[in-house]
Amino acid sequence: MPETVTFYLFAALAVGASLLVIGQRNPMYSVLLLIASFGALSGLYIQLEAPFVAVAQIIIYAGAIMVLFLFVVMLLNAPKEDAAEWDRTHPLRQPGVARWGTLLAALLIVQLAMALMAVGEYNNPVGAQSDPATVNSVADMGRTLFTRHTFAFEATSILILVAMVGAVVLARREGDQ
Amino acid sequence: MIPLSHYLILSATLFAIGAAGVFLRKNLITILLSVEIMLNAVNLTFVAFGRYAGDLDGQIITFFVMTVAAAEAAVGLALVIALFRHRESLNPDAFTSLKW
Repeated sequence: MPETVTFYLFAALAVGASLLVIGQRNPMYSVLLLIASFGALSGLYIQLEAPFVAVAQIIIYAGAIMVLFLFVVMLLNAPKEDAAEWDRTHPLRQPGVARWGTLLAALLIVQLAMALMAVGEYNNPVGAQSDPATVNSVADMGRTLFTRHTFAFEATSILILVAMVGAVVLARREGDQ
Repeated sequence: MIPLSHYLILSATLFAIGAAGVFLRKNLITILLSVEIMLNAVNLTFVAFGRYAGDLDGQIITFFVMTVAAAEAAVGLALVIALFRHRESLNPDAFTSLKW
C-alpha cells in the first residue's frame, strides 16, 4: 500500500512540475521546476530497484546538466518571452484550434491508457516476475557495463571529448584566435 | 504492487508534455528543457521494463542516455549562446536566414 501511495505521489509531482516547466514564461523558473521533476523521477527509480540510476539522475541531471542550464540563463540575462505578440499570431493559439487540439490530445491519452491496460501481460505488477537482487546490484551493473557493453562505454568517452571540443569552439567569440 | 502499464502511461504522459513544449514554446532554452523531459520519459520506460524483465540492460542504456543528454546539453547551450550573440534574441523565429 505505501508503494502505491509513493508511486502516485511521485508521478503527480513529475507530471505537475513538467507541465509547469512548459507553462512558465521565465526560463529561470522552468529550470528550477525541472529539477523538482527530476527529483520525483529519481524517487520512482528507487522504487524500481535501480539505486544507481536514481543517484546518477540526481548527480548528473539535477546537479550537472541543470546547473549548466542555470548558468546559461543567468549569463544571457535572457528577456522573458514576448507573450502578447506570440499569443496573437500563433496558429495553435486560435480558440477553435486550441479547443479541438486539447480535446483530441486528451482522447489520445485516454485511448493509449486503455490500450496499455488491455494488454494482460502489462497488468502484472512490475516487480513480480523477478527478484529485486537481480537488478539492484551496482557491482553486477559495473560488471555488465565493462564486459558486454565495453565498446559502447569507450565510444561514449569519444563522444564526450567531441562534445567538449564542439562546445568550446561554438561558444567562442568570433575573431578570437 | 504497481502494474507495468502505469509506469508506461506515466512515461507517455511525460513524453507528450515534452513534445508539446518543443512545439509550443518560443524560447530556445525552454525548448532544450522540453527535450530533456522527453529523454527522461524514455529513461523511465527503460528502467521499468528492465525491472519487469529482471535484466540490468535497462539501467545500462539509461546510463548511456544520460551521458548523451549531458553532451547534447553542452553543445546545445553553446549553440544557444552563439545564436544569442548573433541576434540578441532567443526566439527561434528570429533565425530565418536560411528560410527560402
